[in-house]
Amino acid sequence: MNLRELTPSVIGILVRRGADFAAAEDAVQDALVEAVRVWPADPPRDPKGWLVTVAWRRFVDATRADAARRRREDLADQEPPAGPAAARDDTLRLYFLCAHPSLTPSSAVALTLRAVGGLSTRQIADAYLVPEATMAQRISRAKRTVADVRFDQPGDVATVLRVLYLVFNEGYSGDVDLAAEAIRLTRQLAAVIDHPEVHGLLALMLLHHARRAARTAADGSLVPLAEQDRGRWDTALIAEGVTILQTALFRDRLGEFQAQAAIAALHADAPTADETDWVQIVEWYDELAGLTDSPVVRLNRAVAVGEADGPRAGLAALAGLDGSLPRYTAVAAYLHERDGDLSTAARLYAEAATKASNLAERDHLTRQAARLNARRPH
Amino acid sequence: MPKYLLLKHYRGAPAAVNDVPMEKWTPEEISAHIQYMNDFAARLEETGEYAGGEALAPEGTFVRYDGPGRPPITDGPFAETKDLIAGWMVIDVDSHDRAVELAGELSAAPGAGGKPIHEWLELRPFLTMPPTVTE
Repeated sequence: MNLRELTPSVIGILVRRGADFAAAEDAVQDALVEAVRVWPADPPRDPKGWLVTVAWRRFVDATRADAARRRREDLADQEPPAGPAAARDDTLRLYFLCAHPSLTPSSAVALTLRAVGGLSTRQIADAYLVPEATMAQRISRAKRTVADVRFDQPGDVATVLRVLYLVFNEGYSGDVDLAAEAIRLTRQLAAVIDHPEVHGLLALMLLHHARRAARTAADGSLVPLAEQDRGRWDTALIAEGVTILQTALFRDRLGEFQAQAAIAALHADAPTADETDWVQIVEWYDELAGLTDSPVVRLNRAVAVGEADGPRAGLAALAGLDGSLPRYTAVAAYLHERDGDLSTAARLYAEAATKASNLAERDHLTRQAARLNARRPH
Repeated sequence: MPKYLLLKHYRGAPAAVNDVPMEKWTPEEISAHIQYMNDFAARLEETGEYAGGEALAPEGTFVRYDGPGRPPITDGPFAETKDLIAGWMVIDVDSHDRAVELAGELSAAPGAGGKPIHEWLELRPFLTMPPTVTE
């Protein structure tokens, strides 16, 4: 079992014994560091018991006042040993606490990765390209923000899903693969709560993760979905994602993540880009628009309409949308290219490149403009 | 070791010798350019001279304080603003000569026709901490 998987239940046990969340979390981090040092040479027979013992000792050491220590030790004596059901509840509560609505998204992400994921502050800082001291500040502020939240207070699973989605979507940098970590944390969540949207998000992540190797060329440039080598898609992840999605959909409680996963599954299902079932994809975008009313969904829907009913229909679907939406100009360029208006398309690709929010996308859009400009005199 | 900021401009620097906008290059020329930039940064990391770098979006906003109780005033982007930074790289080198040498290398990145752009890069020394030994 992965050492970090034990983190939430060990924090839970310390909190049950009377430690406050912030101190328990610090103590467990110390114990994890110690485990990494000691375990390779001297692996414990009961890893979780070892972590609880070491973390509790750290917690007691950190608590200076003797009176407070005695009170906590009394509490520990009274506390019955935590069984599997308690560990499940503790894990779920920890997810809720770390995604508490009083936290900003960046704080919730950092706290979740540390307290639920068991990552060190340095690893989280590396992954988000900020100095370690900055991340340490963010995490301790987040802990202060939730200091008065009762640990056993029920939470809203939707807030947890948003946090996990953010972690997944940040992609990856540094030595921690955030996408893989998001999948691990979503799997762990799915094991402690039965909710179709949790399964929807897990399926969505698996289906996108399956395409990751094919999304980037050897030189680091982006490869759009239609041009990806589908032989490089991970069929095992796709199969797992589809199965999880089907089980969730069968329960007939549709949500945003299930609908997005359904679209990803339809792409995964097409042996070639030309065989994509765009008509069904448009139907799923309609479902999604009904659930979220997000302009980004309507923008993506316009792309799907362009494929299902032709570029003119796509452009018509685009017409009602706000031109300042991210990727609007890139979508317009693509639809104009499909419609055969290459000079408009080239101009729009170049304009879209100046509006891109990341380097890979900017370079990709500049290349698209260059490709069209190279094909016609200018 | 002195630190230098290497500034690349979208606008505001004197015109490059090979001054063709990127979307008028061929896709292969774009790839070659990006490869050159990545290799340059990777090489500086290996020599221990790379201290950071970021690219910036061309469009930004001007913001200023507008007095107590009022939201800040925002303005722009201004099409007429002369200076527009595209990105920066921070290098930590042994001498000013080395900084100039590296800036020259970066300016030789290939552009249209696979030929060096000869782009003007701005080299700015960081102000340092006061030295311990002063006399």
